[in-house]
Amino acid sequence: MLEVRHVSKSFRGLRAVSDASFLVPEGDINGLIGPNGAGKTTIFNMIAGVHVPDSGEILLGGRRIDGLRPDQVCAAGVGRTFQIVKPFAGLSVLDNVVVGALHRERSVRSARNQALAMLEKLGLAAKRDWPASSLTLPDRKRLEIARALATRPQLLLLDEAMAGLRPTECDQMVQVFREINTAEGLTILLIEHVMRAVMALARHIGVLHHGEVIARGTPEQVVRNPAVLDCYLGEEAKV
Amino acid sequence: MPLDLVLNVAISGVLTGLVYGLMALGLSVIFGVVRVVNFAHGEMMTVAMYAATILFSVLKLDPFLAALPVAAAFFAFGYWLQKTLINPFVTRPMHSQFILLLAIAIVLVNGLLMIFGPDARNVQVDYQLESFEIGGILIDKARLYAATAALVAATALFAFFRFSLIGKAIRACADNYLGAKVVGLNVKHLYALTFGLGSACVAIAGCALSVLLEVTPQLGPVMTLLAFVIVIIGGMGSMAGALLGGVLIGTSEALAGLFIAPSAKSMFSFGLLILVLLFRPQGLLGTRA
Amino acid sequence: MSRPVAGLLALLALLTAFPLFIGPYVLSVLTLVLFLAYSGQAWNVMMGFAGQLSLGHSLYVGVGAYAAGALFFYYGIGPWAGVWLAVLLCVALGLAIGFLAFRFRISGVYFALLTIAFAEFTRVGFDHIGWLGGPAGMFLRVAQRDTWDFANFRGPPLMYYYTMLALTAAAFILCAWLMRSRAGYYWQAIRENEEAAEALGVNSFYWKMLAIAISSAMTAVSGVFFAFYYNNLFPEQIFHISRSIEILIGPIVGGIGTLFGPILGAAMVTLLAEGLSDALMALGWDIPGFKRVFYGVVLLMVIIFLPRGVWPALARRLGLHA
Repeated sequence: MLEVRHVSKSFRGLRAVSDASFLVPEGDINGLIGPNGAGKTTIFNMIAGVHVPDSGEILLGGRRIDGLRPDQVCAAGVGRTFQIVKPFAGLSVLDNVVVGALHRERSVRSARNQALAMLEKLGLAAKRDWPASSLTLPDRKRLEIARALATRPQLLLLDEAMAGLRPTECDQMVQVFREINTAEGLTILLIEHVMRAVMALARHIGVLHHGEVIARGTPEQVVRNPAVLDCYLGEEAKV
Repeated sequence: MPLDLVLNVAISGVLTGLVYGLMALGLSVIFGVVRVVNFAHGEMMTVAMYAATILFSVLKLDPFLAALPVAAAFFAFGYWLQKTLINPFVTRPMHSQFILLLAIAIVLVNGLLMIFGPDARNVQVDYQLESFEIGGILIDKARLYAATAALVAATALFAFFRFSLIGKAIRACADNYLGAKVVGLNVKHLYALTFGLGSACVAIAGCALSVLLEVTPQLGPVMTLLAFVIVIIGGMGSMAGALLGGVLIGTSEALAGLFIAPSAKSMFSFGLLILVLLFRPQGLLGTRA
Repeated sequence: MSRPVAGLLALLALLTAFPLFIGPYVLSVLTLVLFLAYSGQAWNVMMGFAGQLSLGHSLYVGVGAYAAGALFFYYGIGPWAGVWLAVLLCVALGLAIGFLAFRFRISGVYFALLTIAFAEFTRVGFDHIGWLGGPAGMFLRVAQRDTWDFANFRGPPLMYYYTMLALTAAAFILCAWLMRSRAGYYWQAIRENEEAAEALGVNSFYWKMLAIAISSAMTAVSGVFFAFYYNNLFPEQIFHISRSIEILIGPIVGGIGTLFGPILGAAMVTLLAEGLSDALMALGWDIPGFKRVFYGVVLLMVIIFLPRGVWPALARRLGLHA
């Protein structure tokens, strides 16, 4: 589904991402982990069209999407959430999702129906008329996911969706993602620091360090990888 | 076109431009630090010009001497204005700021109209009709004095920001508002100081300009626009840029007035403004924010 | 029928019947109010919807006026045909400015100053265009003022009043429709958080340009009205920054981004200014400048205490949704 091939990106001389390559098969849940500053969000931003890679290619379903604008990337089938949530604060919860739904729906009416369905799925239906600014952080995250899902993506990019959530909230979120993945076959690529979530969700993990992919494999393989333990997980993670 | 005519006009443009530059400097400093767009800038300068004319007609005080008390008064006024009225608007959207300062401008212009009437006023000092002759070039005494005053004021301000402790504190606020607060700087007070300093610049520029131009209340909006043109061309937040911009505008307007029609000279300035906004919005000496 | 709609219809009925009870002076003031309400509504599309502060909207009024005016002056072509040229030119101008701004990443203060620069440049420029009259102005001949000659837009003041009323009502309906449409959702999203909107498939450039095009087109029409109502055009007057300011004061005082704000704001500001002027003259205090000082003070009060405009606060009081 998603193929990142030898992608590099520098910012004013600082190499953020260096020759990164990985594959996310259709229907898979992939994780991207690594220390802060490793280049994870930069890769996301390149997939999502915010940055243009200096070299390399990004393909979605065989089509190149690197260099496209963010709205074009969305049209190609990619949905994303942000590390720091960006709700449309002045709009209601429902209207937030309607904006997303309008991407695929022709009329405002059908977009509203679609949006309501999304809110149901994420458990926010009761709060649909609340201003988005009044939501708690976990709810804002759910809103952002509902909004992205409303664009009917084939690939969902989740940027640290678990940050700031308590363990029970985190487990609930993991459930939601599992359901979306199994029910709709949605491919998910997630950046995470919360290992609990990564281990529970991801079938494959890539590890980034200083802009390079230093390890790839199943969760079990990766947590035993000495290089990963060295740079990120620490000695205590040795199982 | 005889060369010495062109040179005379050009030099007089440079000198006038330095005074405009001082006015624009005040605006640049205010925007660079407080991030408020002072749409009442030219109006404030017009008030200063009137103050100079009053002090001259009542006390026979030469405008360049009057500049000191007027600047002090303007400093206090600017400080007060920022601290009370403008400060809440620093974080508000630009259209709100615009209307606030526009309202202040309207009150100032029409207040002047009420008190002084629409007729032009000026200052008539002896040296206005005299000039120096240097190598065949005639330089108006009044213009030279005005330009000198502008340079002195600008240098003093530059030295203040560069070398004094408070000046450095103000620059810190401009660079990083939150950081400045975190290290304990009283940002509100420093903002007010800056606005006061910007107002003082405008006051000195106004006093200097009073010997060069006639003043009417309607001069205010014209000067505000001019200040913005200069600051954008020279570079928002750059002090040297404001002076450079002033000189450029002063010279080009003077020369355009000579070669094309005098009425078209502001077209030149606005055309230049458009080009600068498009191709180099940070101005000649400004840095990209 | 909901309360707001009923209220609006009542207001429309009132405004339609009003001329029966008032004299020519009040009629002219009301026509001015409607003119500013309409223009303010047009300006609001660009500011309230696309979030772009234009301080040079007089550009579109002037170009629209001169376009239709010149066609009438030289070729006797009436305003109904002239308006098409006016709209075409103004949309082209607006799109050009918008394109330049986005292409060169100019926003905020710089964009506002760019709009001022274009308007000022044009103002001085038109002073030098001889065949449009130059600084001495262009005068459109008035055949008659008695019967309603709609084709040439000539007639009694009443005709102009009703035309402006119709235009204002149409603008309101258009904006209401826009706000509820896809465009309205996308514009709000862009204003709230452009990055998030783009991630949801919104091409913010396209939608911003659309807002600018609509805004400039609508303002062009007001320019055409201006030409045939006042019948004389001077660059100094029509392109002047005070024209731009009087257009935007209504929406800012009334409430940016709201539907009724521009109308309420235009009414409040104009009626206040005129009322003050009359009151002062009645009191014998006809000092030039006094009226505008008061105007400035009122503006100051509104912007300090009601930063989002009068209408949102008023609507809340009346239990309506702005």
